[in-house]
This record gives sequence, structure tokens and C-alpha cells, in this order.
Amino acid sequence: MGDYNAYIATDTIEGTDDGPLAGRTVAVKDNISTKDVQTTCGSAMLDGYVPPYDATVVERLKDAGATIPGKTNMDEFGMGTTTETSAYGAVENPVAEGHVPGGSSGGSAAVVAAGDADMALGSDTGGSIRCPAAFCGVVGIKPTYGLVSRYGLVAYANSLEQIGPIAPSVEDAAELLEVIAGPDERDGTTRDATDHGSDYDFAAAADGDVDGLSIGVPTELLDGADEAVVETFWDAIDDLQAQGASYHEVTLPSVEHAVEAYYVIAMSEASSNLARFDGVRYGKSGGEGNWNESFAQAREEGFGEEVKRRVLLGTYALSAGYHDKYYKKAQDARAWVKQDFDEALSDADVLASPTMPVPPMKRGESLDDPLTMYLADANTTPVNLANLPAISVPAGETDDGLPVGLQLVGPAFGEKTIIRAGSALA
Amino acid sequence: MSDNAVDGDEVAHIADLARIDLEEAEVERFTEQFGEILAAFEALDEVPETEREADLTNVMRPDEVRECLTQEEALQNAPDSEAGQFKGPKVS
Repeated sequence: MGDYNAYIATDTIEGTDDGPLAGRTVAVKDNISTKDVQTTCGSAMLDGYVPPYDATVVERLKDAGATIPGKTNMDEFGMGTTTETSAYGAVENPVAEGHVPGGSSGGSAAVVAAGDADMALGSDTGGSIRCPAAFCGVVGIKPTYGLVSRYGLVAYANSLEQIGPIAPSVEDAAELLEVIAGPDERDGTTRDATDHGSDYDFAAAADGDVDGLSIGVPTELLDGADEAVVETFWDAIDDLQAQGASYHEVTLPSVEHAVEAYYVIAMSEASSNLARFDGVRYGKSGGEGNWNESFAQAREEGFGEEVKRRVLLGTYALSAGYHDKYYKKAQDARAWVKQDFDEALSDADVLASPTMPVPPMKRGESLDDPLTMYLADANTTPVNLANLPAISVPAGETDDGLPVGLQLVGPAFGEKTIIRAGSALA
Repeated sequence: MSDNAVDGDEVAHIADLARIDLEEAEVERFTEQFGEILAAFEALDEVPETEREADLTNVMRPDEVRECLTQEEALQNAPDSEAGQFKGPKVS
């Protein structure tokens, strides 16, 4: 096992003897609850926290015969784009030394890229599966909102996040998605794909057949992207064209505002969700003082800087006098993004863009400048606002040998379409 | 810097609302960063008012007693407990 700090814990959880994933290892992001195995969310606040129950996806992995080799490192509570905000130390990119693996599911992507796990689960609130998949040269799928149960996922921003697979190939990722997808009575936001025009035969869709596929390329998502990334992106589009696909440019004016809307909504939800960490029910005890002093002490000590930043900004956005200015406007932007995607997908099967506008950053580079880090999520966040499925597949490398990911976005419950298209490349 | 940039007192007030006992250096750092971040959020002013389709459904289940965590399991991660209950700081 490499020394790139991708695991927080390596407690092994054995699945049943038989099943579609028998003999395979699936690493699990450390914000997904595992019964009797520590789950920290990369936070000192939850150091030593041992869930008394399994997340639904973990139950499904065990039933499918998978072995869980450990819990993977992550940005604290999923807040970050580089996997450098973990209380358990930053993760190194195993395929681009000295660079970040992307975040927040950076540990999950790293163990897959390094071959230390066959597959992994991540969670994606604004790109947290697709970004590390792109930076580590592997495949990641952010499912349609509601396809996969969030029961047992420690909440960051409920209306945006989904659990999804990371794997070396599209077919493997699709196979893992097949195991975890489907309604769950313990998560009222799950929906049955069969009620929405799809079935669950995701792995079979990875047949590489893109003959006649119509690809829309949103010009806004190429503007401002790194030149080497754009070049690699077009090479991949050429490759798809050579296999029978066609492309046309589309315009999504709303995405110019998506990243701001995403952060306002995510931070607002985070400020509410993380209120539970008070040092009484769990978390570090705040010690002496009255209720408020004790809470405030526990949260000062338990939370890292990025978490505090987001909780405070979320509290601000929801506070009296600012709700209409930030939160309500962000909800308008969200509805607008949804409309734009619906329209663009009415005459394209999928939309394609670079997953990240930049190649993997150098380690330590972006930590002091939160705004620059937030803006790096410009291409992934619109998809979460619109609740759509998206896949990141390796598109190639820059001249410096840094991985570049191509993102394909499909209509709601259009997982099979993006899997089919992605499998033509990986 | 925008008109709405926050000052140190405001950051300290928000931290109080959010129950986080920030250190002085953090207040200073956040004050500077929040000015920049909130200025970027101002771009939302350009967003047109948009019709939001209310595509919401209530999800209900019968309110029946069913298997749940034991009291011991529910308390296992509490830093402090007493007589089967969470033990918190004094109220007052």
C-alpha cells in the first residue's frame, strides 16, 4: 500500500460469501457510516465516533459480497476540492506526485488509481466524485438525485449530494452503481428508476456504442479553462466523433452563476446540518461553562478552518436581512440552471465539457485562497443544482503528464446514456 | 471591496450565532476573506426571477413501532451520559 495517506482506517469489513461483487474490494469514503467501524468525515470532531448502524449502501455492498478494505480520507465533511482539509492530513495524488488528488473524495479516487482497491464509493455535493476521478485518471459517476440512498451518509448539503462509484473503468463503475442504486424506505428522497424510464442494467450499457450519439458542448464551460485541458478535451471529442458521434455547440447562460448559487445553498444547508455537532450527543466535549459557551468551545476545537468558513458564511446567508439577497437568489439561479439543462438536453443526448477547468493543482497551492478554490468547481456544480447524472472519464493527459477528465451530463435517470457514451473512452 | 463587505464585529456576531468560539486571528482572517467571497456572491443579483416548478411529493409511512437503536447504542458516542440520558452543560 502506498504512502499517499488515502486511508483513514484500514479495518476490513467482510461481505457475504456470494454475490456480484464477491472477491472484489470496495473502499468507502469516511463520511459513509459503517457499523462498529470508526467514521470520522475527516474531522477531529468525529475522532473516535463509531456508528451503531450501516449506511444503506454499505449494507448493499456487503450483501453483494464485496470486501471493504478501509475508510478513505476526504476533505473535512466533504468541504474542499483538493483533499487537503482533512484533520488526518492531506492526500497525495498517486499518479501525479506533488499534486492534489482532487476532492473531496480524494482518498477514494487515490486508492483506485493506485490499485489498492478495485473500486470505491465517494459522495458528490458539487463535484466531489468527478473532480478527484478527473485528477487521478479514473472514472467517477455522480448519479441522478434520488437514485442512491443517502441513509447513513453524514449530511453536508442534503438537497445536492449523492453517493456514487469510482472505478478504473466505466464498466466497473456501472457495475458498482447497479449494486447501490434503488429505492430505500429509510430515505424518502429516493426514487425508483423504473418509474422514470430506466432500468438498473447499468453495466450492460457500457458497450462503447456511440454511433449516432448527439453531443452538446456548452461553450460557457470551455471559456476560461486551461489551454492544455481544452486541447485534451477536443482530442477526446474527436475520438468520439471518429466512433460515430456528432457534436454541436450549445449555450447555457445560467451556468455563469451556478458556482455562486451552489456555494450559497451548500453553505446554508451545512450551517444547519452541522449544528448537531455540539459535544453532547457526539463530538468533542466543550467542557465547562453554560450551554452556549460549551457548544462554542467544542465547535471551535472540533472543526477545521474550511468547515468554520462554510458554516459561518451559511449562517450569514440565512440570517435576517440577507436571506433574500443570497439564499432566495441562489434558489432562482438553481431553477434557471435546471431549465437551461432541460432545454440543451432536448436536442442532445449528452452534454460534454472538461470535468475540471484546470489540471491537478500543486499541493498547498490553493489552501490560502478559498475563493479561487471555489471557482474551480465551475463545471461540476451546475449538475448538482439540476439534480442530473454525470460521469467523469479520463480524456488523456496534458503535455506535463497530468490527467484530464471529460464530463458527460445526461437527463434525469439517463445513467445508461452517459455510461454508454463514457465507455467509448474508458 | 463591495459595500456589503463585513467588518470584524459582524464576523464575531455571526460566529456567536453559529456557536463557534473563534480566536481573534480567525476573526481577522475571515473578515478579509468574507469580503472577497461575498463580493463574488453579489453576481447573483444578475439572476432573473425564475419560475420554480413545485415538483414535490410527500413521502409518508405508517407511524408504527419498529426496530430501532437500543438506549445503549444511542448513547455510545456521547462524551458524557448519566442514567441512560445525554449529559450536557448546565442551563442558565
